[in-house]
Amino acid sequence: MNWETVIGLEVHVQLATKSKIFSGASTQFGAAPNTQASAVDLAMPGTLPVFNGEALRMAVKFGLAIGAEIGMRSAFDRKNYFYPDLPKGYQISQMDYPIVGRGHVDIGLADGSVKTIGVTRAHLEEDAGKSLHEDFHGSTGIDLNRAGTPLLEIVSEPDIRSAEQAVAYLKYIHSLIRYLEISDGDMSQGSMRCDVNISLRPAGQSEFGTRTEIKNVNSFRFVEKAIYVETERQRDILEDGGSIVQETRLYDADKNETRPMRSKEVANDYRYFPEPDLLPIVIDQKYIDSVQHDMPELPKQKVARFVEQYQLSDYDARLLASDRDTAEYFEQVSSASDDAKASANWVMGELAAQLNRDELSIVESRVSAEQLAVLIQRINDQTVSGKIAKTVFDALWQEDSKAAVRVDQIIDEQGLKQVSDSGAIEAMVDDVIANNPQQVENYRNSAEDKRKKMLGFFVGQVMKASQGKANPAQVNQLLNDKL
Amino acid sequence: MHDMTVSALSSALAAGEFSSVELTQHLIDRVKTMDGDYNAFLTLCEEHALQQASNADKARAAGQVHPLCGIPVAHKDIFCTNGIRTSCGSKMLDNFVPPYNATMIDKFDSAGAVMLGKTNMDEFAMGASNETSFYGPVRNPWNTGCVPGGSSGGSAAAVAARLAPAATGTDTGGSIRQPAALCGISGMKPTYGRVSRYGMIAFASSLDQAGPMARSVEDLALLLELMSGHDPRDSTSIDADVPKYSASLNNSIEGLRIGVPKEYFSEGLNPGTAACVEQAINEYQKLGANISELSLPHSPLSVPAYYVVAPAEASTNLSRFDGVRYGHRCDNPTDLNDMYTRTRSEGFGDEVKRRILVGTYSLSAGYYDAYYRKAQKIRRLIQQDFVEAFKSVDLLIGPTSPSPAFPLGAKTSDPVAMYLEDIYTIAANLAGLPALSMPAGLVDDKPVGVQLIGNYLCEAQLLNAAHQFQCATDWHQQQPVQGDMV
Repeated sequence: MNWETVIGLEVHVQLATKSKIFSGASTQFGAAPNTQASAVDLAMPGTLPVFNGEALRMAVKFGLAIGAEIGMRSAFDRKNYFYPDLPKGYQISQMDYPIVGRGHVDIGLADGSVKTIGVTRAHLEEDAGKSLHEDFHGSTGIDLNRAGTPLLEIVSEPDIRSAEQAVAYLKYIHSLIRYLEISDGDMSQGSMRCDVNISLRPAGQSEFGTRTEIKNVNSFRFVEKAIYVETERQRDILEDGGSIVQETRLYDADKNETRPMRSKEVANDYRYFPEPDLLPIVIDQKYIDSVQHDMPELPKQKVARFVEQYQLSDYDARLLASDRDTAEYFEQVSSASDDAKASANWVMGELAAQLNRDELSIVESRVSAEQLAVLIQRINDQTVSGKIAKTVFDALWQEDSKAAVRVDQIIDEQGLKQVSDSGAIEAMVDDVIANNPQQVENYRNSAEDKRKKMLGFFVGQVMKASQGKANPAQVNQLLNDKL
Repeated sequence: MHDMTVSALSSALAAGEFSSVELTQHLIDRVKTMDGDYNAFLTLCEEHALQQASNADKARAAGQVHPLCGIPVAHKDIFCTNGIRTSCGSKMLDNFVPPYNATMIDKFDSAGAVMLGKTNMDEFAMGASNETSFYGPVRNPWNTGCVPGGSSGGSAAAVAARLAPAATGTDTGGSIRQPAALCGISGMKPTYGRVSRYGMIAFASSLDQAGPMARSVEDLALLLELMSGHDPRDSTSIDADVPKYSASLNNSIEGLRIGVPKEYFSEGLNPGTAACVEQAINEYQKLGANISELSLPHSPLSVPAYYVVAPAEASTNLSRFDGVRYGHRCDNPTDLNDMYTRTRSEGFGDEVKRRILVGTYSLSAGYYDAYYRKAQKIRRLIQQDFVEAFKSVDLLIGPTSPSPAFPLGAKTSDPVAMYLEDIYTIAANLAGLPALSMPAGLVDDKPVGVQLIGNYLCEAQLLNAAHQFQCATDWHQQQPVQGDMV
């Protein structure tokens, strides 16, 4: 049977506020255990939460960015369950009245199409601490530094139909939160975490199948793999006539399989009720306007501008705008070199490949935007050929100096300047013709349409003789004339 | 000295009749000799108090001070006190020493008041007789065979027994007013949000409110002025100016409109208590007030609504007592569940467990709508009753509790009978209104309280009316007969 996969994602994003959502303690990652936990975070008796207005601002920013309804009156609820790293025995979250209501995002797929994914809601809540099971000789250590870090939980509609779409959606959300500067989005530090809801149904059927939820999948790659294996698992069961158990599962990356969580890890009844220690959050249009005023250019707007301003293809624009740092780097190169097309090609081509090879992000690039801009100018003013430019780029990458003057210095030091002295080129052309009588003979006896191809041999020989520095246009011209 | 009110002590200290150290030492001696009979104090802060008293004397010598500077005050053991054990009357917190002060404690400290000690209370403020305390019951100074009321029973008994001129309490369903009535003192629960809840161990967050307990309404006004005000650490505290309550105490109450809710004189009311309240109403008439009868139709529903809302909030407020970070932890837990189960089974007493179970049940899936949501609806109806009533009257008057102090053990096996102790006080908590209780007579040599309920943030009017009553009567000056003591 032909099965359709139906996926909904719950993404938890840690908001980049300086202090916690309900206390004044710092949210900085990596401090010694329990050094960033105040009396409120420790749930000491009598302490009370006070809501951090910065978290509200960030949530509203996100809501506006996805065109969502903003909750003019939202409220907190208590979600009750016992766990040692949940100090109060309840998590303050939002159940009935989330700060962000229905919205949507448009994701670009590899085939160039665009798909709209609905966002059901996004709500504010506090993160829990961490349980540490190693190094405690059979006991468990609790680190409450993370307890109370603000989270925005973004819940998608079940609009996603494949692992590819899921990853594209996640990457979009990731890019968006970084654009908005509401989170560093660092998945390795848990700043963005994902739960995957997944079910199968026969293609064409309108009602959903029974779903499973895979908790805490924390990289794009694992999301992709978890969806593949879970889809396969469900398909096997359904094709054998079995039925899916609605349950929470974990993805084990080492074994590349999902398995059910122990029932103890799953609380059944959270006994949600309105948090009496906090007043409802009431905002007005003036507040929303002030947030709107501070909004940066969003990925969607940037794509449109790149297409318009730089005459890039929609695909290229999307690729460059997918990440705020990449877009910024590209624009720096483009404005300094005055060649948007070449800038785009270098950023998406040579630079992306090098970054990928060395596993660096673009802000860590060993070649600066200024250097790349000068290099592109040197190609355009015919100081170096495109091919030699790659040699210069590699040299820049090696030395990691970031100084723009180094581009010309390297060209000089290594004698990479293109030879445009027609006398010198002519001598080389003459040599090549004299040394390859057989090929010359063949060329002259061939039909016009075949000659074009054969010319390449002679060009190659001349370039070789010039160590790649001869001006290719001049070489072509002279060869054509002389042959 | 021990018979003097706070305002009299304040004047005497200002006049240099005695020092705060002398006064504090005298009260410490009284507590040490007499409190064996009452069990009102859980902690006597002898060294700390004398240090504060000495500081207060120096400050007074140096110049202008707050009227409460050097005045010894007893605090209910529900307020967190930096470096001083705060037990909340529970085994769970028997070893708990907070590293911070409740905002309320900070305020007393900044005025230069002296913390005499921490008073006994029903465990986690759950009780109306002070018999649920892990540290044993408090005895009523008027009759040590009787309860002092609860949950602020230790504070009430301390003030009534002249061990402290004033005390603080908390009131979730009547826990200041009912013990004040049963011990023959004055006690006030302000508007919800008037006094910060920060550092006050939570029972039911939407109902809890701290307030003063003293031997005169004049003293309540002095204390409330200090205690009130917005606290950025408590989001539910009200951001409104604090009037100078003492300044309006002597205003005339000629023409004051006082309503008498007919539901407050139902069959459960002790006839002697009813007579005292009637007498108080007559007194107000003599003072020029206009008395009218009215109805609060939903008040019979206040006890059931309260006993859904309060336990529901309590059940989750008390989840933090899990043995992980502070307080009691069972010995040698075998695993996490064992630690939770035994820690909480051992740490909490029966009444607390009962309310956690009730509260958990009413919030559970499938029961939420029938209990919690319905109770919240009733709560709004009760609130609406008051809004209606305050369209035609300024204050409401009625009994504080259905009967005078009852014997120890009389109601411990019947939780519902105990819950009905708060039948007249609970509605003010559900609606968030200010209310006070003051002495209005004696029945069988035991004090009876009359309750006044005011509109939101109308504490000044309430205190004014109550003070005028105390100017015309001497019930608040009656005191229990005590043996020859210090």
